Amino acid sequence: MRVTKAITINRPIEEVYAFWRDFENLPRFMYHLEMVETIDGKRSHWTARAPGGASVEWDAEITEDRPNEAIAWRSIGTDDDVRNSGSVRFVKAPGDRGTEIVVTTEYDPPGGKVGAVFAKLFGEEPSQQIGQDLRRFKQVMEIGEVVRSEGSPEGQGRSILRQHPVQPHEHRSEGEARL
Amino acid sequence: MKANCWMDKQVVEVREVPDPKILNERDAIVRVTSTAICGSDLHLLNGFIPTMKKGDILGHEFMGEVMEVGRGVKNLRIGDRVVVPFTIACGKCWSCQQGMTSTCENSNPNGAQAEKLWGHSASGAFGYSHLTGGFAGGQAEFVRVPFADFGPLKIENGFADEQVLFLSDIFPTGYMGAELCDIKPGQVIAVWGCGPVGLLAIKSAFHLGAERVIAIDRFEYRLRMARELCGAETINYEEVEDGPLETLKQLTGGRGPDACIDAVGLEAHSPGLQYAYDRAKQAMKLESDRPIALREAIMAVRNGGIVSVIGAYGGMIDKFPIGVVMNRGLTIRSAQTPVHRYMKKLLGLIEDGSIDPSFVITHRMPLADAPRGYDIFLNKEDNCEKVVLKA
Repeated sequence: MRVTKAITINRPIEEVYAFWRDFENLPRFMYHLEMVETIDGKRSHWTARAPGGASVEWDAEITEDRPNEAIAWRSIGTDDDVRNSGSVRFVKAPGDRGTEIVVTTEYDPPGGKVGAVFAKLFGEEPSQQIGQDLRRFKQVMEIGEVVRSEGSPEGQGRSILRQHPVQPHEHRSEGEARL
Repeated sequence: MKANCWMDKQVVEVREVPDPKILNERDAIVRVTSTAICGSDLHLLNGFIPTMKKGDILGHEFMGEVMEVGRGVKNLRIGDRVVVPFTIACGKCWSCQQGMTSTCENSNPNGAQAEKLWGHSASGAFGYSHLTGGFAGGQAEFVRVPFADFGPLKIENGFADEQVLFLSDIFPTGYMGAELCDIKPGQVIAVWGCGPVGLLAIKSAFHLGAERVIAIDRFEYRLRMARELCGAETINYEEVEDGPLETLKQLTGGRGPDACIDAVGLEAHSPGLQYAYDRAKQAMKLESDRPIALREAIMAVRNGGIVSVIGAYGGMIDKFPIGVVMNRGLTIRSAQTPVHRYMKKLLGLIEDGSIDPSFVITHRMPLADAPRGYDIFLNKEDNCEKVVLKA
């Protein structure tokens, strides 16, 4: 499975690259990620939580890092069920419009129990989910936080069909508590 | 607090709901002092805009007093009077910086879903379905206003609510409709629909230099307002013997109007077969919008003319006369109004006495009576043109 999505961010390329390069920032806009811990300059430890609460963990290493141009990473270790890789390219947008980024995510059709959890991370529509990740990334870069509404208090990510009616909520929902 | 909620097709109810809370740093909470029912609220009422949910708070035309601000809001203070633009915009993205706040790239939390229907997402909006973000509306005692440091216009000159309330939507929308026509001296403009937006488009067209404006509707009381309050000539399309198109030719030396404004949108009517055709297709969900006024405006406009579309549309139409557009060199212009761009300028027109938009108001009632307001506005009872609700 391979998904590619692009978005334009109205910020300078150096800033956009630097924010992404610190993988610990990724969970701020990739909602399937619980946490990313940097181990050293190349390696990091990723924890993700699938709908239903089961979590998976893996280590990743950076395979390419060209400042203000590209970053690529892939999972390491022996667990085939969570084998995945990703890359992001940064290009200065024409007409003084900031930075174009193109993100590619790839994972093998997973097998086994852990693999099934991993597949859930990207949902039934991985393209839309990664699109939402990038919209949140743009929000964080351009306005400093993820935009919320009464119907989507946790921001982008939940399908319209599963949303609350548009009213303020008496109690914090599970989705809100995550933030 | 009390809020007017969409409960089902044709059903709104004033209900007790939780008070709004700050969710983002640049939010403010506003105590609503005046709010209005918009013609596009009737499209929601009638179920023509998808993704409404039982309990959604309606309302996108409102103003009030700032009660609370998030820590990112530096320009507003508790107690400030503000009019709030109905389109929600961040002020930081490229579209906002170009002045196209109605296509703000960040303000719709359901943008990924909107992309599926529209190719790209538009901005968020208050009380206008989940497709435009799932934001609670302003037909309520209190409302949360996102990006409060960018959108709301402070009112500091002591004007009454009714004089400035319509800066939130219908005045900018009517004005933009006329502005999109690129009016030059001596031009004749036709306006389909004499609802509040149509009337404000007529006033704006004269303000921008139109020599004559011809207004088209089927309700005599609305045509009378167009004639007596706005100076338009009028056509009642259900009554003119030769039909509206031929009548427009007779009134314009056979040329047709220089520009046509569609201030009707997706629930248009006509006495003919076309209405039955579009109504049936809409009922079968083969067509989401009923574009009768739009087709007529395209047929009527002179060669090389402009058709300005400000009536609300949501999705797809068919039998679109592209051959007319191509062969006669027409230009079609449209937008959900980037209200932010017009508020200050139009406040200036109110201040210097050029246009006082409060003339469209025919009914005033408390928020608690909102369902009755929807009812008389929908059914055009009691010569209803515009309902203002006082919270």
